[in-house]
Amino acid sequence: MDYFAQQLINGLVLGSIYGLIAIGYTMVYGIVGMINFAHGDIFMIGGFIALITFLILISLGLTAIPVILLVVLLVSMAITALYGWTIERIAYRPLRHSFRLAPMLSAIGMSFVLTNYSQVAQGARVKPIPPFITGGYTLHESPDGFVIQLSNIQIMVVLTTIVLLAIFTWLVSRTRLGRDMRACEQDQTMAALLGVDVDRTISMTFVIGAALAAVAGLMYLLYYGLVDFFMGFVAGIKAFTAAVLGGIGSLPGAMLGGLAIGLIETFWSAYFSVEYKDVAAFSILIVVLIFMPTGLLGRPEVEKV
Amino acid sequence: MSGEKILGVDQLTMRFGGIVAVHDLSFAAERRKITALIGPNGAGKTTVFNCITGFYRPTGGAIRLTHDDGKQIALERLNDFRIAKQAKVARTFQNIRLFPGMTALENLMVAQHNALMRASGFTFLGLIGVPTYRSAEVHAIELATEWLRRVNLLDRADDAAGNLAYGDQRRLEIARAMCTEPALLCLDEPAAGLNARESAALSELLLSIRDEKGTSILLIEHDMSVVMEISDHIVVMDHGVKIAEGSPREVRDDPKVIAAYLGTDEEEAMAVMESGS
Amino acid sequence: MPAKPTTGILSILKTAVVNALIALVLFSLMVGIRTEAGSDGQLTYWMRFGELASLVAVVFGGSIVIELLRQWIGPSGTEKLVPPAVQSGMAFVGRFLAPALLIFALLVPVIFYNQRYILDLAILVLTYVMLGWGLNVVVGLAGLLDLGYVAFYAVGAYSYALLATNFDWSFWICLPLAGILAALWGVMLGFPVLRLRGDYLAIVTLAFGEIIRLVIINWQELTGGPNGVPGIPRPTLFGIPLDNSDDGLAARLGIEYSPTHRIVFLFYLILALALLTNWVTIRLRRLPIGRAWEALREDEVACRALGINTTTTKLTAFATGAMFGGLAGAFFATRQGFISPESFTFQESALVLAIVVLGGMGSQLGVALAALTMIGGFELFRGLETYRMLVFGMAMVLIMIWRPRGLIGHRAPTVYLTKAKAISSDLVKEGHG
Repeated sequence: MDYFAQQLINGLVLGSIYGLIAIGYTMVYGIVGMINFAHGDIFMIGGFIALITFLILISLGLTAIPVILLVVLLVSMAITALYGWTIERIAYRPLRHSFRLAPMLSAIGMSFVLTNYSQVAQGARVKPIPPFITGGYTLHESPDGFVIQLSNIQIMVVLTTIVLLAIFTWLVSRTRLGRDMRACEQDQTMAALLGVDVDRTISMTFVIGAALAAVAGLMYLLYYGLVDFFMGFVAGIKAFTAAVLGGIGSLPGAMLGGLAIGLIETFWSAYFSVEYKDVAAFSILIVVLIFMPTGLLGRPEVEKV
Repeated sequence: MSGEKILGVDQLTMRFGGIVAVHDLSFAAERRKITALIGPNGAGKTTVFNCITGFYRPTGGAIRLTHDDGKQIALERLNDFRIAKQAKVARTFQNIRLFPGMTALENLMVAQHNALMRASGFTFLGLIGVPTYRSAEVHAIELATEWLRRVNLLDRADDAAGNLAYGDQRRLEIARAMCTEPALLCLDEPAAGLNARESAALSELLLSIRDEKGTSILLIEHDMSVVMEISDHIVVMDHGVKIAEGSPREVRDDPKVIAAYLGTDEEEAMAVMESGS
Repeated sequence: MPAKPTTGILSILKTAVVNALIALVLFSLMVGIRTEAGSDGQLTYWMRFGELASLVAVVFGGSIVIELLRQWIGPSGTEKLVPPAVQSGMAFVGRFLAPALLIFALLVPVIFYNQRYILDLAILVLTYVMLGWGLNVVVGLAGLLDLGYVAFYAVGAYSYALLATNFDWSFWICLPLAGILAALWGVMLGFPVLRLRGDYLAIVTLAFGEIIRLVIINWQELTGGPNGVPGIPRPTLFGIPLDNSDDGLAARLGIEYSPTHRIVFLFYLILALALLTNWVTIRLRRLPIGRAWEALREDEVACRALGINTTTTKLTAFATGAMFGGLAGAFFATRQGFISPESFTFQESALVLAIVVLGGMGSQLGVALAALTMIGGFELFRGLETYRMLVFGMAMVLIMIWRPRGLIGHRAPTVYLTKAKAISSDLVKEGHG
């Protein structure tokens, strides 16, 4: 039971990170109708930028952890968002009205570019950082000596996710930008006729998605203490699985799907086999798509004849 | 109604969630006759078509098809492609569904897929080029050519279907359906978007299919000049139920029909009445 | 980086400055600072102002060049610029290109007999030509997007490797078996994904490819895991080995042994396999099954209304494509003599898909040309190992922007009454899957 509770905590933390990445997939798919294959790599870039910013701040002699965290968060969100914006401008916008395979292949190409750009620029080796946020709470100690731990970093990951999700939900449901986004999702031509700047709205979608992926990258860095150039691919597919599981296009769905994938992966590793945890995640993706293509919270699609 | 029945729709009901698109609908279509299904927009006509041709599975009711040899087939139990393959029901679509990147001839060849598939020994014999397949292919091209001639598209045989004019595409779709050699041909608004001259040609084509080929036709149509001219029997639907049926003359004078049309679309009501006068 | 088309030197400069500033921010941390874990596990970093400055300068200069080009060519893009006369000229060349390429391919071992490097490269190109033609059946003809094609390549390779190393079965028995096994896997993948469309199909096939790779890595007892399968037997000329032993081919023919014999043999083997793939595909296109594939790509609903069993039609497409992938895989295993999961990553699937799309979806000649271009281009960057994928990714993006419809942008009809007219790719659908 204690082991289960510990895995539950671990799974929720991992799920929060997946959820943050999944939001980027779901938003872009909702508006442009394409899988942004490079999104996993945006997450990886976010992790790297966070890492480098950390290094600089620490070598500058800063010691106040909250200040460092805040600066790192803002810098990595800003720069990663600019990556998202640039990629949309270069690789996707020229293909928006092209045939459907073109943006997908362009996105795969962009994903290769980012992965290998990162490898070329920062080397192939794993980059570790020393544990930055330490400490935590012992929730429960069982007679046989098993301890349920809740570390500060875990609390931070979950809290940050909740706060960001709240801000983001507000953004989409209450602001002008959110309304424009929903309009573009329904019908881009009509939205344009009604004075919505479609290009700008789509750009903003990529910017927001990339910023959230950067947060996920930072959380990953803090939680696991390392980044490497290849981490975007698998994390990206899992986050996409999460987006589909939750119902593509639905923001709460993406979060829910992220949590589900995080929990499944953690429990699978804990109780079955670590080696096959990715196989489990991919199998779930296949099963979900086949039996529940609209996901948990998605809208059903009706075949028109 | 007299004569031999080819299609019997019995208490057909189709529900989508809470919406009842078709409710307790019963009608019959006679062999070698043209039966028209008319009604205002949203009456549920295309839903009936989709139930008959297997694109929807009806919520309730029975659809029976009787072949020449007396064999009865329960269409509501067959799914999609088997209705065309085994029950020999062919259809066209309201919003033309050709294979736009294939030539007109290729479109008609695809329609003969099942016959050619058998002749090609399910590909294996065809791959090594047995003569029986070659003669089957020649035969298929002949059939396609005949239909291209009938719909007046022989000179466009090698053009991409997507490059044909709208009216030509409508006729090609009918030719394609006929190349499956159906017992029952279901046409979903074949005259939509056609001008008066093209509509007249269409009427002629449908009559020749009935009289020369002996194919039974079930037709959804808004163009009353076509419906009144060629139909042997008319079924009128509104809000998912049948409100009238009978010969063109009977339907035309039915106050319920006029009310249904007047209640929704004045132009169509006028068309119904004018075509009777 | 693109910007709205404007006129005047000042606006060009302005665009270039803005792009350079964006580049400065993008590259500032990722390029300007290099991190590395030291021997004690501690991260260190150093500045790279030189690299950063030169990259920003490249973006600045590049922006000016692109803006100037854009003003000369005009804002409407380059797609429509090819005049009809040139196009018909190209079609004329195209008619003789295929036979010329074939003759050239047959003569490659004669021309380059002593150039091992070129022969190896030619074998590699032909392997990808075959893979491209195989995937073309699924993606180009049936319009089903498959991002996990490498899985079938892997199944074929491991089938041969394991059968040959464990049971000493000959290559010529294993080759068809590898094809059949891969086809079975194709059907196994095909079944669950029948109902899926578009991007969902793509992602499921991708996941399938990854699952196969992960199973190969983790099922160590069978596959040797990450260490791979070593010592895979070389192919024989129907039982006669191509080595310098006493009963080898050279000894039997009474000629002096040379290792090139085997390379030449492998070359003709893959050429024959590729041509078989091509021949079968061309024939299938003219058979009802091939027409049904293309009809499926054009409109699945209409197919069902015509009585075509879309389930078996899709499955046969998957199985046929997978079979060719499996045959190519068996060849790969016998050529390498060693296989490991590293050869079957997603990048391979993406490369083959890029070849098919660049070739122009459904065009056999286009796929061959695309494989030649891509693999040849890839080879140019052999020295810069880490930059290869970077350049490959950029090439994919640029190619999609330049020619989203591929090199050969028209479809040839499979049957005609009076004259075969090429169909513009604008009309040809890309499939729903």
